[in-house]
Amino acid sequence: MTAAANADVAWRRRPRISVGRVLLYSFLVLTAALWIVPIAGAIFASFRPFHDTVQDGFFSWPKHLTLNNYQNAWAQGDILHKYWNTTLILVPSLLLTLFFSSMVAFVCSRFSWRFNILLLCVFTAGNLLPQQIIIQPLFQFYNRVPLPGWLSNSGKLNGSYWGLILIHVAFQSGFCTFVLSNYMKLLPKSLNDAARVDGASVWKQYWQIILPLTIPAMAALATLEFTWIYNDFFWAVVLEQQGADRPITSSLYNLGGEFFKDDNLIAAASMYVALPTLIVYIALQRYFISGLTIGTDKG
Amino acid sequence: MAGIPTVLHVTLIWIPTIVSIFLSFTSWRGIRFSELKWVGLKNYHQIFTVFQKNFYQALINNTVLLVFLFVFPTVLGMFIAILLDRDIRGTRIFQSVYYTPVVLSLAVVGFMWQSVIYSPANGLATQIFGHGGEINWLGNQSFLVSFGENYGISKNFVAILVAIAWRHTGYIMVLYLAGLKSVDNSLREAARLDGSNEWQTFRHVVFPSLKPINVIIAVVTVIEALRAFDIIFVLNTPRKTEVLSILTTNNLLGEGGGNVGRGSAYATILFMLCFGFVIWYVTSHYRRTQEGADT
Repeated sequence: MTAAANADVAWRRRPRISVGRVLLYSFLVLTAALWIVPIAGAIFASFRPFHDTVQDGFFSWPKHLTLNNYQNAWAQGDILHKYWNTTLILVPSLLLTLFFSSMVAFVCSRFSWRFNILLLCVFTAGNLLPQQIIIQPLFQFYNRVPLPGWLSNSGKLNGSYWGLILIHVAFQSGFCTFVLSNYMKLLPKSLNDAARVDGASVWKQYWQIILPLTIPAMAALATLEFTWIYNDFFWAVVLEQQGADRPITSSLYNLGGEFFKDDNLIAAASMYVALPTLIVYIALQRYFISGLTIGTDKG
Repeated sequence: MAGIPTVLHVTLIWIPTIVSIFLSFTSWRGIRFSELKWVGLKNYHQIFTVFQKNFYQALINNTVLLVFLFVFPTVLGMFIAILLDRDIRGTRIFQSVYYTPVVLSLAVVGFMWQSVIYSPANGLATQIFGHGGEINWLGNQSFLVSFGENYGISKNFVAILVAIAWRHTGYIMVLYLAGLKSVDNSLREAARLDGSNEWQTFRHVVFPSLKPINVIIAVVTVIEALRAFDIIFVLNTPRKTEVLSILTTNNLLGEGGGNVGRGSAYATILFMLCFGFVIWYVTSHYRRTQEGADT
């Protein structure tokens, strides 16, 4: 065992019960309870009929519990169709973002050429811009690019799935390039040299040698990007005017507006919206948290 | 290999940015190019005179948000991370609870705060503080703190700040938690053996070694405070809670829309504020890594 590991054990084995520990747990439990109140309130409301909460408030003993809200929201919100729209946009966006940014990161971090730092700066800074500076020219541009009918219901890039996919890929590849280039820089340079001696082409070095080694980073980024693209509503609200073609998050972002009239129905609908990200988060929590911190910790 | 991604990124991100800056010097309704007129600094002049009230209030709100994010969610997030980094039972569960708001979709977050918590008639906040009456949490524009006659921090903006803190704290916590995990424990142990107490250990040993994380958090916080948009937008932007991004969006896309020139001028101001900071961060980051690569 190394000294660090010994110290680690000593650090984590501290006195068991003390006033301090009781305070510590009380503080954590209390704040956690506060944090969970809005979520619990929404879940609770989704199982109650409208007149119950109107009469007694959101936090009151339930008189009836029901699944009606879920049935009604499913039908009125056309949820299945909206999930399908989301899938059509999310899957290509996610794959293309990871593919494109891994190529840029590979070129910039594994080779020394004149502009690699500049290129990384362009991508990193691009991801930190406010979306509002982009939207108007982008909208005008999309509105003037024709697409054949089988690619777009509107006959234009504006209002098509491809328009949304392209802007997601362009915007998100900034962050992914940043993270992946930090990660690839840590891989030993000798990998490339050895491959070159063996006569491997640049593409082969990327696809067969470097890419497999970045799988942990890719997995983390995939979980992060899943929630970011899924949760987007700004691009979709502006660039997809047909409510029926919108992905679920943006079509239901203003739940009180078009589709639903009572709060409990909205609660059930919002659970449908929340469910995919919650499932992904709970299933892939480990990747998720490491994804936020890649390139910031020592590994 | 980097060609297509770069072309895509530059075409859809940077060229529109430059076009927006150009449009900020024009008057245009966003339909026919023939109607586009060069007006010089007129849009900016209007923002600083006719629309002064909206603009300065938005600047105040962005600034208040920035200070608030540093004072409250950052400190609380760091504190929780320090607690969770110790030998805690169920640390995973605590982490999940604090972090869940970050992954939740805005549709859900908007509903939770608009109805479950802040519903004027039967929300939780009303049930607790209303004494049987109604409280219009998100509609109350009166100032809690006022700067002069026209400007201040409105009560409904404070209500929104609470929702923002709820969402932001978990993010900060996770970043610090990862940072703390990478601090060498033998350093802490050595400090403890030398007789320093927990606070001294944190202040002089742990905190300095968190520098990379602190930089990231500073960047995230400043950028998020400047381009803050979504929670305020899904709560239907009550009056007096506007921030710069909301003013931009309203001018570009709002009712009647078509105020492309002025909207672009707001966007350009927002961009300049972000960009100065971004340039500083990006160049210092890559200068550091470049030096690392050369030595």
